[in-house]
Amino acid sequence: MSKIKPEDLGKIRERMAGTVSLRDGDARAKITVHMGTCGIAAGARKIMSAVLGLVSEKDAKDIIVTTSGCAGLCSREPMMTVELKGEAPVKYVDLDEEKTGKIFSEHVLSGKVVEEYALAIGSERVG
Amino acid sequence: MTSYRTHIMLCAGTGCVSNGSFQIKDTLERELKKHNLQDEVAVVMTGCNGFCAQGPVAVVKPDEIFYQLLAEDDIAHLVEEHFLKGRPVKKLMYTPPAEKTPVPKMGDIGFFGKQRLIALRNRGMIDPEQIDEYIARGGYTALVKALTKMKPAQIIEQIKKSGLRGRGGAGFPTGKKWELVAKAKGTTKYLVCNADEGDPGAFMDRSIIESDPHSVLEGMIIGARATGASHGYVYIRHEYPLAHERLIKAIAQAREYGLLGEGILGEGLDFDISIQQGAGAFVCGEETSLIASLEGRAPEPRIRPPFPAESGVWDAPTNINNVETWANVPEIINKGAEWFSSIGTETSKGTKVFSVVGKVKNTGLVEVPMGITLREIVYDIGGGITGDKEFKAVQTGGPSGGCIPASLLDLPIDYEKLAEVGSIMGSGGLIVMDEDTCMVDVARYFLEFLKDESCGKCTACREGIDVMHGILVRICEGNGREEDIELLEELGEAVKDASLCALGGTAPNPVISTIRYFRDEYESHIKDKRCPAGVCKALITFNIDEEKCTGCHLCSKNCPQEAIIGEAKQVHKIDQAKCIKCGVCFDVCKFEAVSVT
Repeated sequence: MSKIKPEDLGKIRERMAGTVSLRDGDARAKITVHMGTCGIAAGARKIMSAVLGLVSEKDAKDIIVTTSGCAGLCSREPMMTVELKGEAPVKYVDLDEEKTGKIFSEHVLSGKVVEEYALAIGSERVG
Repeated sequence: MTSYRTHIMLCAGTGCVSNGSFQIKDTLERELKKHNLQDEVAVVMTGCNGFCAQGPVAVVKPDEIFYQLLAEDDIAHLVEEHFLKGRPVKKLMYTPPAEKTPVPKMGDIGFFGKQRLIALRNRGMIDPEQIDEYIARGGYTALVKALTKMKPAQIIEQIKKSGLRGRGGAGFPTGKKWELVAKAKGTTKYLVCNADEGDPGAFMDRSIIESDPHSVLEGMIIGARATGASHGYVYIRHEYPLAHERLIKAIAQAREYGLLGEGILGEGLDFDISIQQGAGAFVCGEETSLIASLEGRAPEPRIRPPFPAESGVWDAPTNINNVETWANVPEIINKGAEWFSSIGTETSKGTKVFSVVGKVKNTGLVEVPMGITLREIVYDIGGGITGDKEFKAVQTGGPSGGCIPASLLDLPIDYEKLAEVGSIMGSGGLIVMDEDTCMVDVARYFLEFLKDESCGKCTACREGIDVMHGILVRICEGNGREEDIELLEELGEAVKDASLCALGGTAPNPVISTIRYFRDEYESHIKDKRCPAGVCKALITFNIDEEKCTGCHLCSKNCPQEAIIGEAKQVHKIDQAKCIKCGVCFDVCKFEAVSVT
């Protein structure tokens, strides 16, 4: 990284478009594990390792795995957001490793939302 | 007023803007004009729809047609087909999945539906350890605007006009504070970010730093441009290791990009930020104590004036704002003062972040527009009381706030309204209590906290809180005296009046407000030696109902004192001499045979 100028912000945004918004990238799916203090205390690290294990087991190169902070609903942690290309993100709550495995095989790999663990689809109102 | 036959509600949420919704707006308007439709069809920019993944999105009203993934190339066709010829364009419409899933939308869930994110705009959306992800969602564009298109005085003017007030609790107008520092004499000036969040049950600031540290840094750099400060400190408590770690990473990344340091963005602004960890003393929420601690001295407040704006850190003009205040700044610069001041109430603009805890079903962090009612927070967002018990009170503003009863649930929340009912906004802790909570015990608990946290400088605070605490302990133990309520009220006034800082100034609030709204509970404790909520151990006894008891042994097995006697399938009895009133028997009994009186 080197020092940037005002006009470089746009370039960074363009470069990041594929990671932040699936539409512009090569990835097919993005899994976000919410890792604020509340999430970690509820076991988010275990969920993260489970997800990473599943991704490497299937050798799935078109899946982005990332972390983020608290999603707000601390009483339902650990939480995870799954987003498939062209579809609204789905938030899953009260996770454990077993549920994560099911979500991975049914939603991430086969595209079917696991309704019983899902809280909601879409994103929050910003601004 | 002009009326239009059709409105195109184009999303201007962060997600859609970064996908080019403003370019779409320009193209739409140009194409509409081409067909002479500009007086019939209006383009309206709206807040986030929650469908950021499909952005830019637009809803056409009154038809309620939902277009997604709009690109500039689509617009000419769209305008001609839909708005000129009246034929909605199928290929741009959002098609819901074939099988209707029973999974609700975020906006339809009470917890999320009533929230409006400004300070928390990136929560759960970005990796907080990657500066590029913050930039990808429009981060640091406000800084560019402030550096290249605005003079310091204009920035201050915008912040003043926006109506932003200090989110740490006192609610002082932020723009005014900045102006004082900008005008103060002196070549060296400092900024401080107060991340010393000390209220039990409050975690707004921690969560903002953990999920989006750059929003705070960007706010501070804009503040530096506005006030002329050359260095900033983030004063963060030692108990926040994850927030601390993410802040360290964020500062390092901002330095590498030249967003901190000398010649920021090549625009000639010099400003850097360092972190100061505090040991977690409640009194450091008070700005003069915080400054003392930052300089390495014991955190005792001092007389103001001089205010920190004249003489703060190392006697230089200093501007202190809370984490949430700083996080709001970039959005105000980007979207303008008018947008921000359109949200909220007459006196309190924008949103407020609350940590909702206690006896509610959904606990967590919520950002809501000022003016929302307590009822909406407790029932719509919080999902109501756990175990479907009765609501009793909500404590706002942390230990030095007040308890607000059920009769005031429809109170719209803003700085003034909360003060009117004897509480404070504070930093945004919200503790919900149910019918099983004893209000005298609550007051005793908070005073115990405050008694320990008083720095001891002012006699009224140091001794007064201790004496008040002693009286509350004696009431809870069944030794309350007739004159105790009046004595507490009198002492409360004295502590408020004779304390230098807000710790003593607000410490009596939990006592005064519980006396104001729950005087009958105090009277039951004092006159009848009875705790109506069944909490104060000295005033309650556990008994087993002979008719309901099945002799299942569950209570006797669980009793830590072996105080319950009885043969199997025979009625059990509690030996009151051995009973420590822990309540285990009450909790485990499946037949509701154990009662508290």
